[in-house]
Amino acid sequence: MIIGKIEDGIVLDHIKAGQGMKLHEILNLDKLDCEVALIQNAQSSKMGRKDILKIDRLIDLNIDAVGYVDPGITVNIIKDGELAKRTHLDLPEEIVDIVKCKNPRCITTIEQELPQVFKLTDRKAKVYRCKYCESKAK
Amino acid sequence: MRHLIDIMDLTVEELDEMIAEAKDIIAQPEKYAHVCAGKKLATLFFEPSTRTRLSFEAAMYELGGNVLGFSEAQSSSAAKGESVADTIRTVGCYADIIAMRHPKEGAPIAGTRRSTVPVINAGDGGHNHPTQTLTDLLTISREKDRLDHLTIGLCGDLKFGRTVHSLINAMSRYPGNRFVLISPDELRIPEYLRYETLIKKEQDFVETDDLEGAMPELDILYMTRVQRERFFNEQDYLRLKDSYILTPDKLDNAKADLSILHPLPRVNEISVAVDDDPRARYFEQVLNGKFIRMALILKLLKEAGTIE
Repeated sequence: MIIGKIEDGIVLDHIKAGQGMKLHEILNLDKLDCEVALIQNAQSSKMGRKDILKIDRLIDLNIDAVGYVDPGITVNIIKDGELAKRTHLDLPEEIVDIVKCKNPRCITTIEQELPQVFKLTDRKAKVYRCKYCESKAK
Repeated sequence: MRHLIDIMDLTVEELDEMIAEAKDIIAQPEKYAHVCAGKKLATLFFEPSTRTRLSFEAAMYELGGNVLGFSEAQSSSAAKGESVADTIRTVGCYADIIAMRHPKEGAPIAGTRRSTVPVINAGDGGHNHPTQTLTDLLTISREKDRLDHLTIGLCGDLKFGRTVHSLINAMSRYPGNRFVLISPDELRIPEYLRYETLIKKEQDFVETDDLEGAMPELDILYMTRVQRERFFNEQDYLRLKDSYILTPDKLDNAKADLSILHPLPRVNEISVAVDDDPRARYFEQVLNGKFIRMALILKLLKEAGTIE
């Protein structure tokens, strides 16, 4: 399979196999009108199998969303066909409007203009809790 | 602006200071009779509650202040679809401090987003109820003269009982306490509380469904009501509501200096016959609620610079 080089854009590499579609959805990549390639189950010497996302434009990437899905992802910024910047991620302390609270008793269920804020409460277990009702992010 | 949303917003030192101030209010009420003269407390109750609302109002009156507010959502702009944040911001133009109760969890946090006056969470759904916990702490402190090295039995609805959650969080900050969690399987404490407060902080706790078996070791027995309004399914409520009923005979093996507490209102989980037992302290607990709310109003108004 051949997917061409990009001149100016972003490559999300080292996505855990199977997580690429979720990331595609969370980042709303279907809304872009540029070329986006999702490569699933690519061979990786480090990970065995991995997913890769290539975006053929320098978009304003929601790094917190990427870190929340998988802090092991590498973000490569490509400019003029060359690697301009490589960022290794960490779990963000807070995520805003990335996941929705599923607790039917939470205030966010009746006040939909409230930002959906989740805070990292347990880094080791990767637990995020709703800022309002403290329910776990699912 | 300082608010009280969760009991954990207060440090242990602040808790101890407020308990000391409440005891001073009890000892010399005349000293505090006019400290809030000309100030107003708004009680915004989007969900009905007699006890908590009247306790706040009595507290403000005894400090020499005045009270305004509403006691159900239907008589507020919430019925027209106004957001909690807008209601709080509006009321902040009329009052110096706000006590709010809301059926949705986290509503007070949403409400404080743009508040210009201190907001006290007077209960948000099954989530937090910090002033009940302050009441419980003052009561335990007055009963036992300490808040550490106590065995505390919590019985009934430990899943939806917000008073239970807040009390466990608060008492886990004092050394040497042991928690005996007595409930049917379906109403055990939520996973996050078990893990993040009890297990992670290495608290001494046990979960059981045997009230009488647990009784002999208890210094405090905190009874709770199975709350109809927390259940989506009426059948579940009916099945679980009579799980634990405290009657005089169940106290045969209890310590002579046990203190029986209950956040009230009770339905039938404490038999009326228990009221005559000197160990029944739940009506003293109600009175303590007013005194600790006085101490809280004073603290927040002082921090806001509203009073000296």
